[in-house]
Amino acid sequence: MAETVLTNVEKRRILTAGWRGIAADWSSDQRAFKNVSWGKAMMWIFLLSDTFIFGCFLLSYMTARMSTTVPWPNPSEVFALTIAGRQIPLILIAIMTFVLISSSGTMAMAVNFGYRHDRRKTAILMLVTAAFGATFVGMQAFEWTKLIMEGVRPWGNPWGAAQFGSCFFMITGFHGTHVTIGVIFLIIIARKVWRGDFEIERRGFFTSRKGNYEIVEITGLYWHFVDLVWVFIFAFFYLW
Amino acid sequence: MAEVSLDAAHPAAPAAHAPAALHAEGHQHPIKLYLVVWGWLFVLSTCSYLVDYFNLQGHLRWSLIVLFMVLKAGLIVAFFMHMAWERLALAYAILLPPLLLLVFVGIMVFESDYTLLSRIMFFKAGV
Repeated sequence: MAETVLTNVEKRRILTAGWRGIAADWSSDQRAFKNVSWGKAMMWIFLLSDTFIFGCFLLSYMTARMSTTVPWPNPSEVFALTIAGRQIPLILIAIMTFVLISSSGTMAMAVNFGYRHDRRKTAILMLVTAAFGATFVGMQAFEWTKLIMEGVRPWGNPWGAAQFGSCFFMITGFHGTHVTIGVIFLIIIARKVWRGDFEIERRGFFTSRKGNYEIVEITGLYWHFVDLVWVFIFAFFYLW
Repeated sequence: MAEVSLDAAHPAAPAAHAPAALHAEGHQHPIKLYLVVWGWLFVLSTCSYLVDYFNLQGHLRWSLIVLFMVLKAGLIVAFFMHMAWERLALAYAILLPPLLLLVFVGIMVFESDYTLLSRIMFFKAGV
């Protein structure tokens, strides 16, 4: 209840911008994130912690690659595909990148239509996003199968440094898990949007709280983060 | 609780903090903005793929990879994740801590060099 009072006080405050705004927000002896709901703030904080997890993965990969005396397998050749009798470097990974970026685009538009209360477009765009995500995971499964058939294992591979396999499986596996969880969340929220839960303020199954369209944005934050992590994996693991 | 927070996200306040309130009230950015960002992400991804396709090497390769990566990450965080319209108190709280990873990178670079040196000096076969 204390928060109710604080919130009413905050509403009357005029928020300052810039550096003074940071100092004012953080030193206000109230909540630091003034116009952000707890749901959105917590998603951001979760994503920050996830950044450190992926950061540590990429760091351990860097350490393994820098400290090995055996040459690192060339990703450009390892991930090449032969299409129409021609060896095209890294093509599957490039397609996966475009698929994931497209999914981010449709997600951003879903958030926009959500705030306009356009249920139909929001739900469809979220399902399109989920479909792109599922396609991405499918291509990753294909990639894993191909590499395992060629003899890549966490403890060795035919082309060079043994650590290649363990780095590859851990980093892309963890990312793929994130994408899969995202697809599941997208489908759940898309169903709620479609059913009109946020128009009639239907209470949630788990929390029995009334939801609103902000949950679309929060799901979107998670989804864009998955895309963001892929940007870094693509640069450091596949291109470097 | 939920109602209260919702209320805070839609402050019925005067135009004094118009940019923030405008955003919180409905994210009414035109769809075109997202399409333009999307287009740029495609262009930048193509560029980073071409770095590999044309087999650029050395410092040129690495600097281009990092450049395209940072630009893409910036576009996603700023526009798709709406960070450009959040208050600085949130933006700094979320965006500054990951920079500490750079310190960690520095530490591990020294460590890797040391490990590599020991391996070269003491294990000639290389393990």
